[in-house]
Amino acid sequence: MSHCSVPACDPREPAQFGAEFRRFSLDRQKPGKFEDFYNLVVHTHHISNTDVTIGYADVHGDLLPINNDDNFCKAVSSANPLLRVFIQKREEAEHCSFGAGGSLSRRRKALALREDGPRRRAHLHIGLPHDFRPVSSIIDVDILPETHRRVRLYRHGCQKPLGFYIRDGTSVRVAPQGLEKVPGIFISRMVPGGLAESTGLLAVDDEVLEVNGIEVAGKTLDQVTDMMIANSHNLIVTVKPANQRNNVVRGSRASGSSGRSSDSAASRHSLPAAPALLHLQPDDADSDDEPDVVLEGVLEPRPAPRPPPPGSQARVNGAGPAHRLLSSLRADPRHSLALPLPPGAVEEHGPAVTL
Amino acid sequence: MMKFRFRRQGADPQREKLKQELFAFNKTVEHGFPNQPSALAFDPELRIMAIGTRSGAVKIYGAPGVEFTGLHRDTATVTQMHFLPGQGRLLTLLDDSSLHLWEIVHHNGCAHLEEALSFQPPSRPGFDCASGPLSLARVTVVLLLAAGDLAALGTEGGSVFFLDVPTLTLLEGQTLAPDDVLRSVPDDYRCGKALGPVESLQGHLRDPTKILIGYSRGLLVIWNRAAQCADRVFLGNQLESLCWERSGNTLVSSHSDGSYAVWSAGAGGSPVTQPTVATTPYGPFPCKAINKILWRNCASGDHFIIFSGGMPRASYGDRHCVSVLRAETLVTLDFTSRIIDFFTVHSTRPEDEFDEPQALAVLLEEELVVLDLQTPGWPAVPAPYLAPLHSSAITCSAHVANVPAKLWARIVSAGEQQSPQPASSASSWPITGGRNLAQEPSQRGLLLTGHEDGTVRFWDASGVALRPLYKLSTAGLFQTDCEHADSLAQAAEDDWPPFRKVGCFDPYSDDPRLGVQKVALCKYTAQMVVAGTAGQVLVLELSDVPSEQAVSVASVDLLQDREGFTWKGHERLSPRTGPLPWPAGFQPRVLVQCLPPAAVTAVTLHAEWSLVAFGTSHGFGLFDYQRKSPVLARCTLHPNDSLAMEGPLSRVKSLKKSLRQSFRRIRKSRVSGKKRAANANSKLQEANAQLAEQACPHDVEMTPVQRRIEPRSADDSLSGVVRCLYFADTFLRDAAHHGPTMWAGTNSGSVFAYALEVPAAAAGGEKRPERAVEAVLGKEVQLMHRAPVVAIAVLDGRGRPLPEPYEASRDLAQAPDMQGGHAVLIASEEQFKVFTLPKVSAKTKFKLTAHEGCRVRKVALATFASVACEDYAETCLACLTNLGDVHVFSVPGLRPQVHYSCIRKEDISGIASCVFTRHGQGFYLISPSEFERFSLSARNITEPLCSLDISWPRDTTRTSHRLRESPKLSQANGTPGVVLAPGSRDGSPGPARSKGADTPEPPEATLSPMSIDSATSADTTLDTTGDVTVEDVKDFLGSSEESEKNLRNLAEDEARACAVLIK
Repeated sequence: MSHCSVPACDPREPAQFGAEFRRFSLDRQKPGKFEDFYNLVVHTHHISNTDVTIGYADVHGDLLPINNDDNFCKAVSSANPLLRVFIQKREEAEHCSFGAGGSLSRRRKALALREDGPRRRAHLHIGLPHDFRPVSSIIDVDILPETHRRVRLYRHGCQKPLGFYIRDGTSVRVAPQGLEKVPGIFISRMVPGGLAESTGLLAVDDEVLEVNGIEVAGKTLDQVTDMMIANSHNLIVTVKPANQRNNVVRGSRASGSSGRSSDSAASRHSLPAAPALLHLQPDDADSDDEPDVVLEGVLEPRPAPRPPPPGSQARVNGAGPAHRLLSSLRADPRHSLALPLPPGAVEEHGPAVTL
Repeated sequence: MMKFRFRRQGADPQREKLKQELFAFNKTVEHGFPNQPSALAFDPELRIMAIGTRSGAVKIYGAPGVEFTGLHRDTATVTQMHFLPGQGRLLTLLDDSSLHLWEIVHHNGCAHLEEALSFQPPSRPGFDCASGPLSLARVTVVLLLAAGDLAALGTEGGSVFFLDVPTLTLLEGQTLAPDDVLRSVPDDYRCGKALGPVESLQGHLRDPTKILIGYSRGLLVIWNRAAQCADRVFLGNQLESLCWERSGNTLVSSHSDGSYAVWSAGAGGSPVTQPTVATTPYGPFPCKAINKILWRNCASGDHFIIFSGGMPRASYGDRHCVSVLRAETLVTLDFTSRIIDFFTVHSTRPEDEFDEPQALAVLLEEELVVLDLQTPGWPAVPAPYLAPLHSSAITCSAHVANVPAKLWARIVSAGEQQSPQPASSASSWPITGGRNLAQEPSQRGLLLTGHEDGTVRFWDASGVALRPLYKLSTAGLFQTDCEHADSLAQAAEDDWPPFRKVGCFDPYSDDPRLGVQKVALCKYTAQMVVAGTAGQVLVLELSDVPSEQAVSVASVDLLQDREGFTWKGHERLSPRTGPLPWPAGFQPRVLVQCLPPAAVTAVTLHAEWSLVAFGTSHGFGLFDYQRKSPVLARCTLHPNDSLAMEGPLSRVKSLKKSLRQSFRRIRKSRVSGKKRAANANSKLQEANAQLAEQACPHDVEMTPVQRRIEPRSADDSLSGVVRCLYFADTFLRDAAHHGPTMWAGTNSGSVFAYALEVPAAAAGGEKRPERAVEAVLGKEVQLMHRAPVVAIAVLDGRGRPLPEPYEASRDLAQAPDMQGGHAVLIASEEQFKVFTLPKVSAKTKFKLTAHEGCRVRKVALATFASVACEDYAETCLACLTNLGDVHVFSVPGLRPQVHYSCIRKEDISGIASCVFTRHGQGFYLISPSEFERFSLSARNITEPLCSLDISWPRDTTRTSHRLRESPKLSQANGTPGVVLAPGSRDGSPGPARSKGADTPEPPEATLSPMSIDSATSADTTLDTTGDVTVEDVKDFLGSSEESEKNLRNLAEDEARACAVLIK
């Protein structure tokens, strides 16, 4: 038997963070159909008249959807032992994209973009694939020389290491008086199964030119190492690939030419709408803010009991029902007592935990 | 570029001007004892002393506060120095046989040391010629003649050359070759074929034409330069040193067999073969050589014979001794380090009949000892400067600014009771040359150094001379293993020779667990906390009278029932029980012992609340020392972190190899850091290093240097180390009510904030009521980048740091603004962030590592006063990075202001030892025994300002020869003092300096920090101690070029572990 703890947003009062909690059990071996589960959920919460989406938090702390039998089974099997299921009103859920990549700013942007017609949007699901999270992308193809490649790595959780090594080396530059050798930083090794390798966008002997917009020329290997680690939550490296045959060719036939990159994020940029979509990425300078996790203790306010649980208004930009839900969960004394956090549970950098 | 970051603000001319008025980088003075001294000189007329070092530095000292520093361009050992008496000029000989003439010149009333001329002897091509008789390649001795106008250079080949000193040119025709001397010596008395190197040159005090030349083989010649012939010839043994008595009638020679001989030079013309007296003072068994001997006569009849060495080879051959013999009185001064040189302070006026030595100054490798020869018993004179900071290795340091006069007087008096001053104050410090022009410092600064042997030393850091005030020893509280050894050694030593232990350099620690890790002092209540290597946290209180009392002991378990860990490190110290006698001074009140007894990594004291907080690698605790009860203990260990638990010992085996490699790397780069292998010793070292290199496995050579790119994760080892602790009265619960809080930051980027319930003191009452203090966890912040938290500080509503305890309540500082919202500044090794309070949301931040690729090592909030405007001051964040750069950021805006290159990035111990003061100065160790003082403030500068009455006609043409302008361009250990910040460099030099150049009385302008304390204040030595962290070592390993070829990419864990041991 597996237990499901189901905090749910009360759809009738969507603005309020407050939630109802329901706890019920399911058979882990035979979870049954999604349809039945959906009905059970809406029944339990007495919200059968509303359209809701059901999501759950996976081991990484990412909020993933339950909308068919397969991912329902997956969800149940991932419960250990509790499966935390989130229920949101459908319209609201649209605003809050699933997947780990969506951080706050992204949502902010998404809202802004949708001013023209949110209705239409509900039908046409063109845009970011909701149920996937990006792992890497090639960016700034339009402004970089063709010989260079700017790669962005998204790191989620600790499960997958970034997985590459850098080394010192010499590179050849064209100088006014001919070719000259200058010291450079190169990728020296890929960890098998690591994020860097799995993207296919970086390779051994690629020369690192910039890290998050800062040139590495003149910096020591250790400085570059520290810069990369400091930026590791949103690492953007500009490389000069050792293999120059897979370069993006600029111009009309942009589509499908992003070299070996076959992941969703990279190919997305070859769509005509790429520039606009680009800005959906949280890649402006400050949105790569890794929000620090603030956990509230069990402080009772001294003079009078504080009305809402702490944390409910802690993050102005952390709005969104799911966030509030989770933050209220964390603020619950029972939960905050369970510190330190189980690995990957709440401190991860996903939308569900940007408290 | 993808990011349009305008990190560099546009040049706002007003702000740039303001920055120039606030910030200026200067390395001002070196405190402590010069590292590796190699030469000594004394000018009896000006009463100044010079010390030369193996790195080529020249330091001149006079009265306290009178100091000059110079550095030879080449890093060569200074082998000899000679003052041109009364002229303020100094001739130095380096081990590359080059001669340099330094002079003290006055600019605008202040004296500076400058190199005027240098002379490189013409070396001939070919190696063989170098040892030829007429080559100047190896100068062995230098003698100044004719009031310093002429110098005689004795060489290895046996020749004596003459040099015109004012121009440093060789007088070609006057060279005295060994053959010329031999011609004057009858054939029978020629000792062998050659005379050997010139071992000694002595001048006659009254007859400048006569020189006494001593050759290594034993021939002594009184050479008459006017007549070009030998007046007298003496035949002795293998010669070490010579001294010519002032009347010229007596010679003393010392020899390599440990004997000395007295020769009469009075009458007779024939060569003398037998000395009048020849003795081996420590015979009859074979003795070591007497390296130097002095003969000084007194009006009272008996003469002094002072010599170094000569000890019985078998029994005391390893002692470093100077013997002082007068009539029947012999004292064998037994030093703990090698003797470099010594001199006596005595009359040198030719008309005086007697020397009348007043004092004996002995320069040792690690300290300077001065004995008063006029007081019976020859007591040691306490030195007002040149203190051996490292008499036991420095393990941490802290600076306390603005010490109240009352506390200052109490500490000084405690120190005086500890080491009573000699009764005769007249014959105190004999080196009194020059005048200190610096104004009496307007505020007292105290530098505290914690040492390996469990002592804390208090230094007067208000001025240029770092003066020892008081020494606190914590060892007496504990039972250590090595107590019997001392009494045994004492018993064995009271027979002959009459040894007398002198000096305080004692690098041997009884018990490494006694080592002091952290120190904090409350300057208003005179309470302090000293925390050590075995988890001991000692709360002490200053008492003016000796007392006998028991110390209450408590232990705090920081593991908090965490299972599965076993501590494999050292035991905790066992305290002595029962009442113990304590001398006047800081007396222990409470001892808290952490369990497991890991080294304390952070400590903080709040005297107003009677609370002390401490942290180790396992967690942190809060202790109420008024009620003597623990308040809180919290484990910070990550469940996966097993390394932290085991203590340092268990890691030795598995990491032996990587350790060996890291040590080798450090050693190698130290060797190569020098410009050349100067002497045989370092050549040997190099050879050894190469041998070791060959012995090591070859797989190391295969892989190039590479670095793993991986973000820190929660289960990295040592993530639980508590890095900083902080008390603040601020808003943690809600925006309406402030209250006591405690903050703790760990190595893994966690910050814990506790709300404290401290019973409020009754009105007017000092002590708070006897109720328990409570602590409730209020907030827990996990920084996403997980970098170690280096410092935490709370800023008040005006963005200023909160004042220290008692400061506001006693009207010593402006009360903090409790109306506006408070904010907390959290500095990690990678970023600075300001969060609002009580809702912890990020307000401003600066990602230093992401932008600059450097990591934060030390931070402190400091007040910078403007030189232009009397009462304008800004509080800024000063930060030292792992690259040795100092950055200054505005607070709370966190905008970069200036940055300077301060310490070489290879100098990891220098970086680790850095301490910032509250007014924009700082200290760091440039050697185990020296602090370099630097200032970031344009106004608050502590530098030597002094003058010297020198008497020689200033020749204007000579200035054109001048080689360097400022003696302080670089520091003695070769750190470049280059200023990097574009803002403050492009413009004119700092306003303080230029002001000093224009007006006749600069000291007043530069040395008074004035009332800036009332404007803003905060305890800003946030975290100041000198642990070498893992990253330090990693940085170091990575940066040395040598390691490039053979450095394998160390797994992170390995590197971490070895760092722990290196530390």
